[in-house]
Amino acid sequence: MPVVEVVNVAKSYASKLAVSELSFTVDPGEIFGMIGPNGAGKTTMIRMMMDIIQPDAGQVTILGQKPSEATKARLGYLPEERGLYRKLTVIDTLTYLASLKGMDVRSIHARADVLLEQTGMLAHKKKRIEELSKGMAQVIQLIVTILHDPELVVLDEPFTGLDPVNTERVKQVLIDLHDQGKAVILSTHQMNQVEAVCDRILMVNDGRAVLYGALEDVRSEHRGHAVLVKSDAEVPHVPGVAERRVHKDYTELVLDASATPQQVLEELVKTGIPIDRFEVATPSLNEIFLQVVGGNHE
Amino acid sequence: MNRTALIVRHEFLTTVKKKGFIILTLAVPMLVLLGIGIFQLASNIATPAADVVRIGYVDHIGGFNPLYEQGAVQLIHQDSEDAATQALTQREIDEYFVIPADYVATGVVSRYTLEKELAPPPAISAAIEGFLDSNLLASQVPPELIGRVLSGTGIITTTLTTQGDVSEEQGGFGNFILPALFGALLAIALNVSANYVLQSLGEEKENRLMEILLSSVSPKQLLTGKLLGRGAAGLLQVVVWVISMPLLLRLASSTIGGLLSTIELPLGLLLLGVIYFILGYLLFAVVSLALAAICSTVREAQGIAPLFTLAAVAPFWFVSLLMFFPDSPVWVVFSIVPFSAPVLMMLRLGLSDVPTWQLVVSMAVLLLSVLGGLWASAKLLRIYLLMYGKRPRLRELVRALRAS
Repeated sequence: MPVVEVVNVAKSYASKLAVSELSFTVDPGEIFGMIGPNGAGKTTMIRMMMDIIQPDAGQVTILGQKPSEATKARLGYLPEERGLYRKLTVIDTLTYLASLKGMDVRSIHARADVLLEQTGMLAHKKKRIEELSKGMAQVIQLIVTILHDPELVVLDEPFTGLDPVNTERVKQVLIDLHDQGKAVILSTHQMNQVEAVCDRILMVNDGRAVLYGALEDVRSEHRGHAVLVKSDAEVPHVPGVAERRVHKDYTELVLDASATPQQVLEELVKTGIPIDRFEVATPSLNEIFLQVVGGNHE
Repeated sequence: MNRTALIVRHEFLTTVKKKGFIILTLAVPMLVLLGIGIFQLASNIATPAADVVRIGYVDHIGGFNPLYEQGAVQLIHQDSEDAATQALTQREIDEYFVIPADYVATGVVSRYTLEKELAPPPAISAAIEGFLDSNLLASQVPPELIGRVLSGTGIITTTLTTQGDVSEEQGGFGNFILPALFGALLAIALNVSANYVLQSLGEEKENRLMEILLSSVSPKQLLTGKLLGRGAAGLLQVVVWVISMPLLLRLASSTIGGLLSTIELPLGLLLLGVIYFILGYLLFAVVSLALAAICSTVREAQGIAPLFTLAAVAPFWFVSLLMFFPDSPVWVVFSIVPFSAPVLMMLRLGLSDVPTWQLVVSMAVLLLSVLGGLWASAKLLRIYLLMYGKRPRLRELVRALRAS
């Protein structure tokens, strides 16, 4: 049974269409990337899964149920627009917000200690939120999201405003959740962040799905017919190459329709130049996105 | 504990722990205490120690008896104006007056004093009048009749019911004090509690907590929790004030407490007061919620809120008109307008009889406004709660409400 099942969902605000005919599933235990530029409809889709707003059409099923009060307790959500009560202490914040998820105070305190310890925040347990740095507050927000041991964790732009150290810390939390068999939805416009951790992705643009599937499949589908060669010598022209593009520390060879990378490698070896690196060009998600939407976005 | 109860508790505790709340709760009794202190200080300064005032008189009619004495006023016969003036300048007397020969026809006496004053002090006037009247009447009527004429007549009114029984509500100033006090507390409490609700929702919007909360609870649970939690805090404040009042007034009873003994507390009035407090609070809280939902910051919402909350205080501006024309149809209209109804009704109940149909209509309109307001607020919350930025125009709000 999928953790999330979305079928033909649509939502519009006043005259603006936010989400249109969107369908996808999220499987148990996977990290699912929902990517697309700002304003693509990602947050609207998440809010519908969270039962914060209702779809105009289509069905959303979460953990086998229609989104409701009962499902909310089994979900962890880190919204893009997030904050905490500035005057409350860390532990009081965690206690209040986790009790709203149905946890009793004793379990909250026990688990909070574990998570605060893991993230190096135990010393700040009794500090007020306003005394913490912005990065520390974000870590507390992440703890709020996972404290009640949810079955599905939804993170909307979790890397915004984080320094590299905290970015790695958040990624580690993602990997830990994955190891524990939790399903995670990671929504972001920073597509490069997704490549390292996601199993499958949904790429959204203007409220519609433009790409959907396993990250590897998506990549190989959009793999260009080119190879990247790094050499101290100038890479010569060899048979089977239609075009040669010189970049700063490598050369990109676009192949003829009939040529294979293997043939081109053999031809290059024959020329006798030293080859430091030879690889089939794999586009980044950013490049794939630009290919798919036709370069209308940066 | 269910989630609504958790929110109620959280909202209540965060409110009562706020410095502003504690200060305001204590400030009202403190101000009353200060007021009593100033009143006593001022009245002590105004009334100097009771020295005997010696008033001289020159009698051109003859036969006025100097033995007449009233309280601390002593009357001393003077032979002539010159003798009196000399006595005055030598401080043998404090002042004197001349009874002219035609006094019975004119009723005018001339008074001479060293003091510069606006008008004769009431105690002096009363003493002179009493002295003149009792001397004029002394030979004509029996002494007890003189006593009666001099001390005037007291009118005691008893209001009867249409059945001829003595009514429970007897009117009068004593009876107006309580509804007026209730009305004043109501007006303050409505303003304060509405502001707490507005702050609470506004802060969560400002702090970007709204979405985190809504991923755990429904908007309805959140709204109910806030209304009840903040409402309970507001009520606690009112209770502290109400309890402190009798204690403070007892403290002040030596000077201004006389009127207090005439206060009666009819059960009907108390019940109506509670009903109007609850309905009024809900109305203002619901409006505050809607305001907080559509504004991006607390300050912005607080700028608009007085448009509504002023209506609660407005009846006090017209309280003197209300006293002179308690039956004007204008009051009937404003007793039905939900924003002014709670406080205005309290004041009217203290001044005159309010027909039952008006009470029923005003409560029904209030209740319907609360329900309508709750509906509209919930809609606006869903639409605007998660929007940060420009406040929607009135036309956009109407369109949004129609669309849903």
